[in-house]
Amino acid sequence: MLEIKNLHARAGESVILRGLDLTVRAGEVHAVMGPNGSGKSTLAHVLAGRPGYTVTAGEVIYKGRDLLALAPEVRAREGVFLAFQYPVEIAGVSNVYFLKAATNAIRKHRGLPELDALEFLALVKERSKIVDLDDELVKRAVNEGFSGGEKKRNEIFQMAVLEPSLAILDETDSGLDIDALRIVAGGVNRLRGPERAMIVVTHYQRLLNYIVPDFVHVLVDGRIVRSGGKEMALELEEKGYSWLEKEPAAAPVAGR
Amino acid sequence: MAAVAEDEDAYRAGFERFAAAHAASDPAWLRARRTAAITRFVERGLPTARDEAWRHTPMAPLAKGLFLPADPAARPSADELAALPIEGLHGALFVLVNGRLSPELSSLDPGQPGVEVASLREVLRSQPGRLESWLGRVADGRTGVFADLNTAFAEDGAVVVVAPGTILKEPIQVSYLSAGDGAPAVSYARTLVVAGRGSECRVVESFSSPESSASLTNAVTEVVVEENAFVDRYKLQQESATALHVATLAVRLGRDARFVDHSLSFGAALSRNDIDVRFDAEGGDCALDGLFVVDGRRVADTHSRIEHAKPHCSSRELYKGVLDGQARGVFNGLVIVRPGAQKTDAWQMNRNLLLSREALVHSTPQLEILADDVKCKHGSTTGQLDANALFYLRSRGIGEAEARSLLTWAFASDLVRKLEIEPLRRAVGRQLQARLPGIAGLAEALP
Repeated sequence: MLEIKNLHARAGESVILRGLDLTVRAGEVHAVMGPNGSGKSTLAHVLAGRPGYTVTAGEVIYKGRDLLALAPEVRAREGVFLAFQYPVEIAGVSNVYFLKAATNAIRKHRGLPELDALEFLALVKERSKIVDLDDELVKRAVNEGFSGGEKKRNEIFQMAVLEPSLAILDETDSGLDIDALRIVAGGVNRLRGPERAMIVVTHYQRLLNYIVPDFVHVLVDGRIVRSGGKEMALELEEKGYSWLEKEPAAAPVAGR
Repeated sequence: MAAVAEDEDAYRAGFERFAAAHAASDPAWLRARRTAAITRFVERGLPTARDEAWRHTPMAPLAKGLFLPADPAARPSADELAALPIEGLHGALFVLVNGRLSPELSSLDPGQPGVEVASLREVLRSQPGRLESWLGRVADGRTGVFADLNTAFAEDGAVVVVAPGTILKEPIQVSYLSAGDGAPAVSYARTLVVAGRGSECRVVESFSSPESSASLTNAVTEVVVEENAFVDRYKLQQESATALHVATLAVRLGRDARFVDHSLSFGAALSRNDIDVRFDAEGGDCALDGLFVVDGRRVADTHSRIEHAKPHCSSRELYKGVLDGQARGVFNGLVIVRPGAQKTDAWQMNRNLLLSREALVHSTPQLEILADDVKCKHGSTTGQLDANALFYLRSRGIGEAEARSLLTWAFASDLVRKLEIEPLRRAVGRQLQARLPGIAGLAEALP
């Protein structure tokens, strides 16, 4: 589904990614871990197409297409979804209106009929249960006045409605207490499926107790220095990242 | 400058003809006020770029050529007529064509006792002394020369007098339509609202002109809010993008009186709003909300002056501008706290959204505080759409143009939400929608 080859990217003037390789197949959940500043969030942003990042070398092939050539909205319509680390508040636009506009833009792109208000409300009602999101929050302005946990639940709720092929979760666990983390992780788990791939970017191993990945990758200085199974997360929790930072970059073993 | 002096001579000559024609019908007090107004105008002349209050506003279109009085018998365009009344409004309706009441288009029945709703001409004819305390006294000339021209020349208008204690159920709509063959012509729009002690009313003024009209509308709205009364005023300016619009709103508040204004400026090549609010007694409360949306090379200018002359009054002012293309916006808000006006609570904010690099805003909030126990705050922000928010929307599949529209809507929406009259909220939603590409059903986007 996704093939990242030798990706080099800058955020503004600073070089962040320095030759990153990663292959993700449908149905897989990959955790990308690493110390602060290693390039985890940059990877997530580059994949989603956030302005302000420049890819200087390498390529990203998504479903056989050059992902980097697509505008952010086209990536979304093709099934890429980024759950933001810091979801944006948009006063004056209701969550439900925003999501309906997004859903119908995606459906139109795929040649599907747009959903009318009733059909859409039925969808919202069903999907909001996945993360236990209150009806009242669905009607409120996008993320305005939401608590940290509510914002993250709203991200997963959006993912549940938009049904992406490739979901990138950018530090979705940061700042969550254990109850909120359980709800968010529970929602993510319910959205796992054979057709959907996920990249879970996190600083903390704790999340991986709840979202059990198929693969764990360690990102240091803009490169994947080590890849392994889910047990590697525990090793990282125990030893930290510093022992890896001293190692020369290992030949990345991505995917299977 | 010769052209300007010619304009003033022409206005004076026009006034002499006007005064002769109205010598019999106008009461003496009004003749005196008209003469005083034209005298002030001739002394001051049309503003130039050297006038501080007009420094950022291109005067050329207003001084260029002469605006002849618009023909009161002209028929408004089908489009303008089709928009009347605003769908869902059921109260009394004034329709004034080129400043003259059209009885066949109007329905002046307020539907309840305690409210006088009549044309200015009719009141001057049937009760010559009735308006002497208010007409030309509330807008007394200090608001500028255009208000003076209006006082000198306005022949007709809308008069609403609410008796003490009367609560008006339905909003009154006052619609000023321009009509004509496209020649530059001026219409004088004049509205007087007097809310008696303890009364409440809502008045919606709207202004429109046919496409590619070269008309000039010179409007004056005088509002008297007596003790403990409440006036909620709405102004929907949707003139043609080639028309000129100059308006004055003058408000006097009595003890514990409350006034709210919602000014929505969408049209006109040049629109200028002068607002003059004065608290004449303690305990008054005033809120001025405004939204202007301009594109192309159009100009929207608001100059407001809120005078706290008495203690324990509060004022709140929020103006928002949305500017695209090479449009220009001017906001100049002056709050004056007179000596002794203790416990004044004044808040003033101007926020502008620039949708293009060429758009420009001159924003000048000003406080002039001459009392020492007051709470006053003001501020101004001008910026572009938030890049984070734009990316957030696009990352969900919403196209860039639509995302920009949605965020522009979001910027303006708090002012739309504050419109207490639902049909007007819908009408304004449609106006905004028409200016924002790609997004359907924006009115439903309100949280």
